[in-house]
Amino acid sequence: MTDTTVAPSTPIDRKSSIRAFLGQLNASTWIGVFIVLALVLAAIFAPQLATHSPARQSIMDQLALPGSQFWLGADQFGRDIWTRLLYGARYSLTIGMSAILVALVVGTVIGMIAGYVGGRIDIIFMQVMDVVLAFPSLILGLALVALMGATLTNIIIAIAFTATPAFARIARAGVITQRDREYVQACRAMGFSGPRILFRHIMPAILPEVMVMASLWMATAVRTEASLAFIGLGLAPPTPTWGGMVRDGFDNILSAFHLAIIPSLAILLLVLAFNLIGDGLRDAIDPRLKDAS
Amino acid sequence: MNKSPVISVRNLSISFGRTTVVHDLNFDIAPGSTLALVGESGSGKSVTSLAIMGLLPERIGRAKGSIALEGRELLTLSEPSMQKVRGGRVSMIFQEPMTSLNPVQRVGDQLAEVIRIHKGLRGAALKEAVLDMLRKVRIPDPEVRMHQYPHTFSGGMRQRVMIAMALACNPALIIADEPTTALDVTVQAQTLALLKDLQRETQTAVLFITHDMGVVAEVADNVLVMRRGREIESGTVHEVFSAPKDAYTRSLIEAAPSLVGKFAETRTPPQPVQGVPVSYAGDAPVLEVNDLTVRFPVRSGFFGRLTGMVHAVEHASFAIGKGETLGLVGESGSGKSTIGKAIINLAPIDSGEVRVSGQRVDYGDPQSLARMRRDVQMIFQDPFGSLDTRQTIGSAIMEPMLVHGLAKRAEAFEKMQWLMERVGLDPARATSLPHEFSGGQRQRICIARALAMSPKLIIADEAVSALDVAIKGQIIDLMIDLQKEFDVSYLFISHDMAAVERICDRVAVMYFGEIVEIGKTEDVIGHPGHDYTRRLLSAIPITHPDQRGKRPLPSVDLTKPRSPIKPLEYRAPPPSWSMASEGHFIRSAS
Repeated sequence: MTDTTVAPSTPIDRKSSIRAFLGQLNASTWIGVFIVLALVLAAIFAPQLATHSPARQSIMDQLALPGSQFWLGADQFGRDIWTRLLYGARYSLTIGMSAILVALVVGTVIGMIAGYVGGRIDIIFMQVMDVVLAFPSLILGLALVALMGATLTNIIIAIAFTATPAFARIARAGVITQRDREYVQACRAMGFSGPRILFRHIMPAILPEVMVMASLWMATAVRTEASLAFIGLGLAPPTPTWGGMVRDGFDNILSAFHLAIIPSLAILLLVLAFNLIGDGLRDAIDPRLKDAS
Repeated sequence: MNKSPVISVRNLSISFGRTTVVHDLNFDIAPGSTLALVGESGSGKSVTSLAIMGLLPERIGRAKGSIALEGRELLTLSEPSMQKVRGGRVSMIFQEPMTSLNPVQRVGDQLAEVIRIHKGLRGAALKEAVLDMLRKVRIPDPEVRMHQYPHTFSGGMRQRVMIAMALACNPALIIADEPTTALDVTVQAQTLALLKDLQRETQTAVLFITHDMGVVAEVADNVLVMRRGREIESGTVHEVFSAPKDAYTRSLIEAAPSLVGKFAETRTPPQPVQGVPVSYAGDAPVLEVNDLTVRFPVRSGFFGRLTGMVHAVEHASFAIGKGETLGLVGESGSGKSTIGKAIINLAPIDSGEVRVSGQRVDYGDPQSLARMRRDVQMIFQDPFGSLDTRQTIGSAIMEPMLVHGLAKRAEAFEKMQWLMERVGLDPARATSLPHEFSGGQRQRICIARALAMSPKLIIADEAVSALDVAIKGQIIDLMIDLQKEFDVSYLFISHDMAAVERICDRVAVMYFGEIVEIGKTEDVIGHPGHDYTRRLLSAIPITHPDQRGKRPLPSVDLTKPRSPIKPLEYRAPPPSWSMASEGHFIRSAS
């Protein structure tokens, strides 16, 4: 009813609208962004920041307490925890982000096609996705890694596989709400091809939701990777992974609890950061949810 | 006005944050009288009604001045006392009957809830009160209907239920916010008549919010015209219509259709003709539609068995000449939009053929389809919905040219800039996004986009219906100018008779999927031959309050409502036509 038109003679500055969007993000989102950025930098500059070599063992320094030589102590083989934490960030971030990237691309494309084409294709695609979704993601990832072997690529594939249905579902739902909008009909009336309408016109409309999903699932991916490593299906030792470090420290939890606690805190930090970003993005995109919480 | 007013508004100003949207408004409404609050969208008329109801958004909306209902100041009333006023002393009828009833509650229960809360009735007395109200608003079979859900009610019946809910507690004031805007004209006429009758009975004061001067002429006693939050004119309805002081008021009054409502009897008795009449201006038709039929399957039951067909369009035939405009009028559900959609392959065609420039369109052949899509363009109703919100308008205008390979990027860019100028937009704004434009401007963008393909025919599906009166006139003028310049033909689909009368050379009237009358605009509107056309025309609101009561009310269709859903074995009887004058054909009643 009320007219919402912008004064026609004042074109809106596109840059300022991006700035306006960033301005909508709340403080906790920025904390999340800051943590992730810090961890990414730490992973990139691990060789410069490390005080030792990640694989260097030393019987003399077994279970050393945090101090000037080993900032966060050393593990049961005398390896520097600070160094291994830095290198471990590389694997956690690489696996988490690339697995979600794969899941995002594959899942979104499947969901968009299912939603746009509809009919039998929709039923088949989404039934397959539902079957995948029915398995707990850890169990499914575990089975896949056990089957294919614990290499970096395989772990990424396994985690991506478990995350794909979530993206397919959200993309399909988005496409279905957009599909019958008048602008899509207008596109069809002008003779645009299906893929063009789907990827040029509909996709930008559903991407924000997909991005929110991606950052929330990145937290899950990091957790799944750590869990796999914890039960011994991660990258083979001596590769430093956070999940593997927790498992190693678990044996000495009573005598040297910092071995397990420190990598656990790192995992917690990263998962928390991704969740903060996801929640913040969702609030900024859909302001209605802000009041609900 | 010797009676003390029901509501008295003094120096009312309403602001949202720092912007003031209503300035210094004053009015009174006496018992049993109707004040029409007229203005275009954004003029502050709905906000005013929200302020009276105490429903301004909390924290950001602030009202100053005084609103006194039966001598009691409302602005300073506490929320609990306000709740008693709302629905008890003041009630409201909303614009959208489809959404203002709760779809998962029985109609009777919804009505009962209002009565129970405000009157405290229980049990049998409550049921009797509900039935009584439904009878008052002339719902047929109220005993059966009260147990049904809103989706089984038509728009007009839902609006009557809303009126029943509004009247249920004998309010002193009813606020009706565009109550008939979403209804078809014949239903609108019935609804307005009902509201008037009930008002006479109950002596309720009515604040009637509308943008339609025709409706004002029908119902109002006093008029207050608003623009940009200020009163620009007020007075009795006769004063305002006979001697409007302000130029804006005059333009609103003049926007009403002039021919309609003054039709004469057909001059000569129509002569029967053989076959299906098709006529057009000029030598060769741009568009020919022969015997077009569109049906949608109705499935029911667990296995989705085909139980019937919706006959959306039945054996429609017409043609449009070069540079000619054919109007397709009819009420919602008459199949007029479906014809437009079927032509450009947005709805499936069951039988019949479509020819563009003499060539038959083969909907199975991609090449033929692509050719048709170059030659035929469409402009949609909702200028907010038909543009991709994330695409700059320049890119939106260029895209069809590029997709169809009609121009290289540089040429397309040049043509886009030229087109923007032609439709009255600054080419420098090509990089703006749709939301930075007003509704009228967006419709200009859509027109530019349609013209980019140098089409032979543009289908305008309710293209001006969503626009304010003044903007509507501008867009119609633009369309007429562009037609002269580009020699393009229009299929102008609309329920808006004023617009049809201005732009169309010929008009086809549709009723339940069939064309019942077709001919030159002045013939069809001036000398309607078919019963339905007469009913449609007589339902259009009058243009001056002096005409009140001089015209017979549209006869309510007492026959069982026709349903477009037909059993599978249904065969439509062959139509027979007669000719009233050259090119003016009337379908005989079957």
